Amino acid sequence: MAKIVVLGAGISGHTAAAFLKKKLGRKHEVVVVSPGAYYQWIPSNIWVGVGKMSIDQVRFKLKPVYDRWKIDFRQARATALFPEGDPTNGRPFVSIEYTDSERKGETTKIDYDYLVNATGPKLNFEATEGLGPGKFTHSVCSCDHAVETWKELQVTFERMKQGEKIKFLIGTGHPAATCQGAAFEYALNVAYEIKSLGLMHMAEITWISNEYELGDFGMGGAFIKRGGYITPTKVFSESIFAEYGIKWIKRAGVTKVEKGVAHYETLDGQMHAISFDFAMLIPAFAGVGMKAYNKAGEEITGQLFVPNGLMKVDADYSGKAFEDWSVEDWPSVYQSPAFKNIFATGIAFAPPHQISKPMKSPNGTLITPAPPRTGMPSGVTGKVVALNIVNQILKGSDGFKHKASMGKMGAACVVSSGYSLFRGNAATMTVFPIVPDWQKYPEWGRDLNYTVGEAGLAGHWIKLFLHYMFIHKAKGYPFWWLIPE
Amino acid sequence: MKNIVRGYYDESYPPVPTGGTRFWRRNVIWQAWRFVVLNLKIMRIIVGGHS
Repeated sequence: MAKIVVLGAGISGHTAAAFLKKKLGRKHEVVVVSPGAYYQWIPSNIWVGVGKMSIDQVRFKLKPVYDRWKIDFRQARATALFPEGDPTNGRPFVSIEYTDSERKGETTKIDYDYLVNATGPKLNFEATEGLGPGKFTHSVCSCDHAVETWKELQVTFERMKQGEKIKFLIGTGHPAATCQGAAFEYALNVAYEIKSLGLMHMAEITWISNEYELGDFGMGGAFIKRGGYITPTKVFSESIFAEYGIKWIKRAGVTKVEKGVAHYETLDGQMHAISFDFAMLIPAFAGVGMKAYNKAGEEITGQLFVPNGLMKVDADYSGKAFEDWSVEDWPSVYQSPAFKNIFATGIAFAPPHQISKPMKSPNGTLITPAPPRTGMPSGVTGKVVALNIVNQILKGSDGFKHKASMGKMGAACVVSSGYSLFRGNAATMTVFPIVPDWQKYPEWGRDLNYTVGEAGLAGHWIKLFLHYMFIHKAKGYPFWWLIPE
Repeated sequence: MKNIVRGYYDESYPPVPTGGTRFWRRNVIWQAWRFVVLNLKIMRIIVGGHS
């Protein structure tokens, strides 16, 4: 009997655990370790943040689902890895600390044959002084954050109704933050709600971003066919902002936030400040900070993780120059080079480098989005790792039947505003591949048949459809496995 | 009353949709067709993205 431990129960970890158990059945053991009691469908947090969905529409308790699937669920935080075991026990194990109310603070060890690290990111608000919930800005990165953000937004709307002009600041809160798509969607939803209330004349909405140009989204932007031309997503994104009455500041790295003021540096090295009444800024992401130790108890964290805590996998971390980057630098099986039975999926794996061209200010500040790995890539990498582990266990081979590189994988990003079937709107973007392949597609970097940007109700319906479809899948309802990632 | 001048600001230069473009974005029949097309494209990139 093999024992597989999955760390994390987000999109990637939950997908991996679901496929592991489905394929391996009762003869093998699957353990999921996650500090939260809930699964949350993070893309719909945006709707929680504008009051269009309740928190319980985007989350559900994990334990009943895992009990039904016969998965051993531990509500706990992984604190350290011992891939060689310790002097008393040669089996690899992970140390965990329980977070549920009954066992809070208790620690234990869980041994494993295979480990899937799908912890997702640490929301690194601390990397920017004054950033985040409880300080001076809001967040929609978790459903709890989104609930609080909606409460504050309602207060802000009331102030506008009383005749107060309000400045909104939405975007990225760190020079190397990623997830621009989520912030973009939130900005559009806030603008949509303000417009619906007839208060647009009382609002000044500003987008602030570390992108070199709008529409970069951490993927170096894209080219799309639109209106008889091939245009960059810069034009597409700027057009949407102009339509919604949103101003923008680009090439900006937020370095510090104080009450009502965000300080930022631009790529030309200039320091600026902008005042706000309401701000939602996405933080930088980092690894969750697990340590690793060898059998003798010596720390080997550097063998498994890069300095920001994300896990090294089968990628090229040699630090090539931008001009030499290739899709081959990107991992395809997500296996740790140090330990063959450890894998990292979703946001937990360390990308070999950015996708967008790294840009530094004269002061040496890197002002460039980190590569996005949320949503579709998280689900796909979780599934591929699960299927490869299953194959290794059932067939006894070391090989990898399944591969999924971000240089060969596409992604869809649907930025939707409003909630009803006919009153909403959306901007739908698909890219194929996520990492531009300038060898295969020398002119535009991607396949223009599958790299699309268009606005309309269709995208809005897709977003609604995806919400209900993925919740159905995550709950393990009938035929869940037929729904693609 | 002051003039509203379009120009000289970043947000003045991008294309903005005409009434016709907005109509087609909300036309249920046309959007139902785009819903099918976009879903097929998304399915294709998912299926083609991993082996």
